[in-house]
Amino acid sequence: MLAFILKRLFYAIPTILILIVFSFLLMHSAPGGPFSSDRPLPPEVLANIEAKYHLNDPLIKQIWTYVTGVVTQFDFGPSFQYKDRTVNEIIGQGFPVTLTYGTISFLVAVFFGCALGITAALNQNSWLDYLAVGISIGAQVLPNFVMAPILVLVFTLWLGWLPGGGWNGGQWQYLIMPVIALSTSFMASIARIMRSSLLEVMHSNYIRTARAKGLTKREILFNHALKPALLPVISYLGPTFVIMITGSVVVDLYFTTGGIGQAFVNSALNRDYSVMMGITILIGCLTILFNLIVDVLYAWIDPKIKL
Amino acid sequence: MTNVSMTNSTDTQGDVANTKGRSLWQDARRRFLQNRAAVVSLIVLMGVCLIALFGPLLAAWDNETVDWNVLGDIATLGAPSLSNGHYFGTDELGRDLYSRVVQGTQVSLMVGIVGSTIAVILGTLYGATAGYVGGKTDNIMMRIVDILMSIPYMFVLILLLVVFGRSMWLLFVGVGMISWLEMSRIVRGQTLTLKSKEYVDAALSIGVKHHVIVLRHIIPNLLGVIVIYATLLVPQMILTESFISFLGLGVQEPNTSWGALISEGASTLQYGTYWQLLFPLAFFVITLFCFFFIGDGLRDALDPKDR
Amino acid sequence: MSLLEVKNLEVSFHTPDGNVGAVQDVSFSLEQGKTLAIVGESGSGKSQTAFSIMGLLAKNGTSKGSVKFDGTEILNVSEKELNTYRATQIGMIFQDPMTSLNPFVRVSDQMAEVLVRHKGMSKSDAIKDCIKMLDAVKIPDAKRRIRMYPHEFSGGMRQRVMIAMALLCHPRLIIADEPTTALDVTVQAQIMDLMGQLQSDFGMGIILITHDLGVVAGSCEDTLVLYGGRVMETGPTQQLFSEPTHPYTRGLLRAVPRLGTKHAQLATIPGNPPNMLQPPVGCAFSPRCDFATDRCKTFKPILTKFAQDRSRACHLQQEELV
Repeated sequence: MLAFILKRLFYAIPTILILIVFSFLLMHSAPGGPFSSDRPLPPEVLANIEAKYHLNDPLIKQIWTYVTGVVTQFDFGPSFQYKDRTVNEIIGQGFPVTLTYGTISFLVAVFFGCALGITAALNQNSWLDYLAVGISIGAQVLPNFVMAPILVLVFTLWLGWLPGGGWNGGQWQYLIMPVIALSTSFMASIARIMRSSLLEVMHSNYIRTARAKGLTKREILFNHALKPALLPVISYLGPTFVIMITGSVVVDLYFTTGGIGQAFVNSALNRDYSVMMGITILIGCLTILFNLIVDVLYAWIDPKIKL
Repeated sequence: MTNVSMTNSTDTQGDVANTKGRSLWQDARRRFLQNRAAVVSLIVLMGVCLIALFGPLLAAWDNETVDWNVLGDIATLGAPSLSNGHYFGTDELGRDLYSRVVQGTQVSLMVGIVGSTIAVILGTLYGATAGYVGGKTDNIMMRIVDILMSIPYMFVLILLLVVFGRSMWLLFVGVGMISWLEMSRIVRGQTLTLKSKEYVDAALSIGVKHHVIVLRHIIPNLLGVIVIYATLLVPQMILTESFISFLGLGVQEPNTSWGALISEGASTLQYGTYWQLLFPLAFFVITLFCFFFIGDGLRDALDPKDR
Repeated sequence: MSLLEVKNLEVSFHTPDGNVGAVQDVSFSLEQGKTLAIVGESGSGKSQTAFSIMGLLAKNGTSKGSVKFDGTEILNVSEKELNTYRATQIGMIFQDPMTSLNPFVRVSDQMAEVLVRHKGMSKSDAIKDCIKMLDAVKIPDAKRRIRMYPHEFSGGMRQRVMIAMALLCHPRLIIADEPTTALDVTVQAQIMDLMGQLQSDFGMGIILITHDLGVVAGSCEDTLVLYGGRVMETGPTQQLFSEPTHPYTRGLLRAVPRLGTKHAQLATIPGNPPNMLQPPVGCAFSPRCDFATDRCKTFKPILTKFAQDRSRACHLQQEELV
């Protein structure tokens, strides 16, 4: 198990290095960027950048400085826009927000997705099944950037129940709409995967054996069917994490929650490259970490995989 | 969703030779045509394509001209009306929404088709090569895919769009590059199973060249999977593009796309101009529905598991 | 009263291509402590017969007729009622131990849950009993191996686990669906010996479903030959083998490979089993039968008794089959 995790972390190193070097080169070659002269930056900012990257050094040395900074101290350097803020400060401000509603959305999507999928599969071709399938198909064409305006339209403008945006320290009224907007389409996908995988499992020979043993429906579901049926769901969770983080950009933007998504888009519009790079690299690391967790979870459920 | 309720009754399948011989594709077409949702979706989708192609011929206004008559009071004068030629109303700047939706449909469909073509070609070539060559090459090639998979592409794409400036082609190619990885994995898996089939051994044993085997035996047998996956890829591409356009980083004015239109419509909701959201949203949702249903229909029609 | 009495059993499946009659008008009975073999090619409906007795048909399957266990009707009763028979009265051994044991659950859990469910035992007591049963089916080192997952067992061992699991509650009837098909020949023999021994120890009735006539000859009192979902011939195994009265039974027997015969080529029955979506109008076997007449192709023969304990479904007189 430990060897497996170490091996995976070892493979992650080149990925992260590629990501860092690639982003740095991109920043370096950016027209209108800090390293070209056609759009001068404020002198204080330029001084910060100069102090950090030593612009007169050869390129390879600049990369080295950046990489070592990121790897050893998790230091993404100064902002390209704000003279008194570092990338770390900007990320540090937004990340807890994203993490909070991201985690809640993730749990909501997984729990309700599985529940919906199981209900549908166990009542195949009944009205419950059709309802669940209908919901999940409907939710699939309602991605977060469509959900968000609809939610605001209904709950804020028509009903006046919930505030249309803001964070306010993460009070529950401010959490509801971001969480719904972010989790709906994943819940739908998870429900679809869960339904079809459970249906397939329920038709397998070992479920027939369990029925022949006179077990109740409940025992069959929990002792025999659930574990194997969860496997496809688990392997879907890796990509889900990435798409959810991506989706948080929309949530941040629409509900002005102030997460890293907002920081990302702001810096994209401001051409604050170092912040964009910092966020990209951070998310890359999180993705790798999450995929690792998913793999370990998978191996833990499937006895045929030995770590 | 696949339905596997025949698995128990394999004993009853009886003699295939007695029934009239049907080719795989004829069989698939028959099954596809029996799927009402898929057939209706196909017809609706053709309708959407026709609107994209010939819609401009019906337009009373082009997509750039500002109608100064309605500009003062969009919320009442800009509403959908046949008399002033704004069938779908106007947008916030008094431009004809019908023309803009038609134009957005062209862009979004184009992104879907170009993006998935790129993904399919790249993914198929890469995956088929890895799977067919096998051994160490396969190992290395798939390891590279693993590494690339943990890069947060959406962020990199936005980074690219910011650095190199927004261009339609960069968007098309970037969106396509995101999805070829998954495709290559699927194709590789299929190739591996195909490679071990007896007819490939037979062909090899009588001295058929490798490239002929790939062209004659591997690729034709992969077609089913590729078609299914490509159909499911198109809506993903449209979603991705819409997402980026929603953030204001996609196509540039005066061009537009569904995502950009939805974003504009969503931002003006509070003024009561619902049509600005509803028309593009309807096109978006209906098209995505169609692609999902067609994809499902194709999968049920071509998936040999269900036979 | 017979232990099991099956009368006019019909099983059909509703498929997108039409209704498939998998089993038609099958009747038989079994006494306590006896063994009945149901023989036929794949697709003859033998497994579906077993599944319908246990109420295990796929969702699109329906059964008609009557199945009485110890005088009580058990066909098409509620799942709840069936569960009082399953495992405790009727145990089932499945064809493919590879897929019939749950690969995600430890053998100990898969076995113990039967006792916990039906005997209300505690888990630890149940596991002790399970280990005893694994010893009885001659699994070496059962105490340690019971903690393993099915994929850690060999094919033969897995089938022994399957058998031990079916025997846990000492059921009075065991339905064994091709218990040896997936196994090596030597392991096959071991498993059949084991079943015979367990039968004499526990005194249960066995329905053995198989396509292997060699297995039948050694261990079953009675045999029922199925083809295309219909009974072709029944009778005591010995008589049926020494003087088969149906062309299909003859074909089957001729197709058994024997050592020491001079004919190098194995006899086969030409053709394939019928397509059950469009079954032949007359006798199901007529398209492949050497003796088929016009009558065979248009009228279904009726299963008729022609001697003590023996019946056949064939239009031709026995003397005509030469």
